[in-house]
Amino acid sequence: MSLLFQQALNGLTLGSVYALVALGLTLVYGILHIPNFSHGALYTVGAYAAFLLVGKLGANYWVAMLGAALIVALLAVLTERLVFSPLRDAPPLHDMIAAISLLLFFEASVQALWGAEFHRIQAPFTQIIRVFGLVAPAQRLLIVAGAFVLMLALHLFLSRTMLGATIVATAQSRQGAALVGIDAAKVSMLTFAISGALAAVAAVLFSPINLISPGMGELVITKAFVIIILGGMGSVVGAIVGGLIIGFAESFGAFYISTDYKDIVAFVLLIVILSLRPQGLFAPAAR
Amino acid sequence: MGGRERYLLAALLVLALAFPALAPNDYYVTVISVAFINAVAAIGLNLMVGYTGQLNLAHAAFMAVGAYTVGILTVDHGAPFWLAFGLAGVIAAALGFFVGLVSLRLKGHYFAVFTLCVGFIMFLVIEKWDGLTHGVVGIIGVPASAAIGPLSFKSSIAQYYLILFFLLAGLVVMRRIVASLVGRTFIAIRNGEALAEALGINLMRNKLLAFMISTFYAGIAGALYAGYVRFLGPDIARETVTFDMLAFTIVGGMGTLIGPVVGAVVVSFVTQYLQFLHDYRMVVFGPVLILLLMFFPRGIVGSLQGRAMARRAQRSSPVPRAGAGEGAEAEEAGLAERARSNA
Repeated sequence: MSLLFQQALNGLTLGSVYALVALGLTLVYGILHIPNFSHGALYTVGAYAAFLLVGKLGANYWVAMLGAALIVALLAVLTERLVFSPLRDAPPLHDMIAAISLLLFFEASVQALWGAEFHRIQAPFTQIIRVFGLVAPAQRLLIVAGAFVLMLALHLFLSRTMLGATIVATAQSRQGAALVGIDAAKVSMLTFAISGALAAVAAVLFSPINLISPGMGELVITKAFVIIILGGMGSVVGAIVGGLIIGFAESFGAFYISTDYKDIVAFVLLIVILSLRPQGLFAPAAR
Repeated sequence: MGGRERYLLAALLVLALAFPALAPNDYYVTVISVAFINAVAAIGLNLMVGYTGQLNLAHAAFMAVGAYTVGILTVDHGAPFWLAFGLAGVIAAALGFFVGLVSLRLKGHYFAVFTLCVGFIMFLVIEKWDGLTHGVVGIIGVPASAAIGPLSFKSSIAQYYLILFFLLAGLVVMRRIVASLVGRTFIAIRNGEALAEALGINLMRNKLLAFMISTFYAGIAGALYAGYVRFLGPDIARETVTFDMLAFTIVGGMGTLIGPVVGAVVVSFVTQYLQFLHDYRMVVFGPVLILLLMFFPRGIVGSLQGRAMARRAQRSSPVPRAGAGEGAEAEEAGLAERARSNA
């Protein structure tokens, strides 16, 4: 029972982090129809920004998280302005290649600045919480709670505010949105900022229990892609559900099959599902 | 092919043949040999990306399959080198068949993302499957390309000519393919899948064919790599390697025959001068590539061809045609030209 609970909690933690990263990816895809490979690098940069703020400036964990979110949001907006916006009319191949260039550029920059070795961000809570004989490290609970609060906030933002509605409208139809006076350039900058901030927060939440390194974003981004393909590219609910599915699959896969191959579980799941349903699990029929 | 272009190609060929004599030392021969091996793989990638319009991000993994086929068969099972060499291409293409069967059902972005994941799985399998691939330790002491009759490939210069031979053979075969009806079919798919399908082109079958040819090239390139470098580690399957090949293709010119070769040579040479950057070359390369995509998307060969066609168009039509150098029109002129020379 306790072991099962451990795995479930691990799955929930992983799933929450993946879902946050996948949400940013799916939002950007909805607006610009770009698979933003550089999103994984934003995740990495977020972790390092927080590491810098905590280490060099002695910032509090929460301040560092906020700072990292702001820095990465700005960086994401810059990539939108300098790279993706000028390439809007180029063939889709070019967008994708540019996105990979950005990913490798950020990764190499992080490695040049901080070296290839692993670092750790000190966790704000190190206690272990015991309820009814079940054991849960506080940081894991924090990740799950933090992720769900953010998802709820994002949901409310998209469904209840005017600004959020402009994002949804642009995702539904760029031309239609322009017709009713929505500035598409502003919306895409806003979307990139949100997606960057989500990636940074996910990284800062996760890095106390998972070391940070220049290549840390690669696995996360590939899994985030698996998630949004499963959930349907551009679908917010799909990203959340997909994230949890992959998180649980990985945690139970590591436990029951082999820790060596736990990273493959997500991809095998993807191949099996896409072989049976090429349009993804939750995607509408038309693509 | 225009006269000027033919002279240029002949000059390049002479340069390639004379290169070991011209190179100041063996090091340059090594650099160019590796560049040529990568070029063979890039030619295959170009068929998929440049001609058929499908971004396959698992290409390096197929190259690794070819390399490991040679490594495993020769080191662990004592198979003759050239048997393993041939099998490398066949196994890579066979794997390409099964991967393609699943992945080519997906279109556009989905295909790119899916192949990224497939490449990652292949990398992880190579890294983790100790029993077959020796895991992170890698395969050490792959035998060098075996002698064929009196021809021995012990020296680095002999190796160079062996690699050059396969590169030229690869180019000749690729030229036949892209100039054929099959090649035209691939280009039609790139230019518009819906239209191609409406014309009666079986998308799946043709894409699968392109994918298998492309992975066959990757397998052969991997086999050449195994025989030349003689050490294999799982890192050769990484997506950064695929990205290098993409960079070669873009710099040289996507969808042009010798673009990937020109790109591989140019980029490899430039990289030599950026040696001090070491692992950080992407700090420079990333932005440079993005700038190329924005301002020079047709690459070296593509731009030269565009200019040559504009000149020809100017000469043949009495009224100067505005914008004849632009992509689509030049390409059409190129296709018509090729059709004429074939007829």
